[in-house]
Amino acid sequence: MAQLRVNPTRMELKKLQARYNTARRGHKLLKDKRDELMRQFLEIVRDYKELRLKVEAALSDVYGSFSAAGALTGPKMLEEALILPKKEGELYVDRKNLMSVTVPTFDFKVKGNDATGSYNYGFAFTSGELDASLGALSSVMEDMIKLAEKEKTAQLLAQEIERTRRRVNALEYIMMPQYLEAIKTIKMKLDENERGNTTRLMKVKDMMLKEQMGYLEE
Amino acid sequence: MSKICIIGDRDSVIGFMAIGFSVHEAEDVQTASDILSTLASDEENAIIFIVENYAMALEEQIAKYKDFPTPAIIPIPGKDGSTGYGMANIKHAAERAVGTDILFKE
Repeated sequence: MAQLRVNPTRMELKKLQARYNTARRGHKLLKDKRDELMRQFLEIVRDYKELRLKVEAALSDVYGSFSAAGALTGPKMLEEALILPKKEGELYVDRKNLMSVTVPTFDFKVKGNDATGSYNYGFAFTSGELDASLGALSSVMEDMIKLAEKEKTAQLLAQEIERTRRRVNALEYIMMPQYLEAIKTIKMKLDENERGNTTRLMKVKDMMLKEQMGYLEE
Repeated sequence: MSKICIIGDRDSVIGFMAIGFSVHEAEDVQTASDILSTLASDEENAIIFIVENYAMALEEQIAKYKDFPTPAIIPIPGKDGSTGYGMANIKHAAERAVGTDILFKE
């Protein structure tokens, strides 16, 4: 591992210790954030999975009855029948803050009559299959919107989790060991200096004593 | 007020006209790509459904919008039935987040 190059001074030691403490606190926070994000993400993905299966099944039913309707009615007539929406609604998009990730929320409000309301075409030229498939379609619609919301949320959360995970790992396996290593190096160096100082003093004292004794002996 | 769009071949998307989606027909991938970039650049289009076979072909283009809150570009099965692409997508997201596939292991 690349070592931090530091001057072995007391000031540097203090600085490093402060940085290490910050890193440790940040690491703890980020780890908590990651865990919570993960919990939410898994919840959403589980919902999403269910919803997706439901929507896909419903849509394939719709397509089936639609092609039957198309065959019975003829393409021109079919388009004419469909061109005016049977169900009109408004989609309101809002943003929600989920663990500091901005996610969209989709709120669909049906205008006027609800799904069971009348069809916007005459029954004379269209087949009954069309009515059925449109009914199925409008009932799957809300699920589709929910699906969109969940999928987007899951994607955004996944991105945030990935980023948080990287940060946690960088702190845990790179930054914090590096700081510790540097702190240790400085401490050893300082201790070594201290010992050097002590021995030097002892030596000087010895020399001085010897000098004085020498005078006395003479 | 925002709009819900849908891109796909005629047979797959025509029905959605009746429930108030803004329907865009595309007979080939190139057209779908052009439509997608026009739709995605408009803030008003909050949800864009796209038929799976086009979504697969335009994966890179769609990935550009992945990290923004809107638009949500969601693959849905076309008239030929589900190819499992939509599920694979979320599986990919899960792998990205967790580091391994823990949800879809059978």
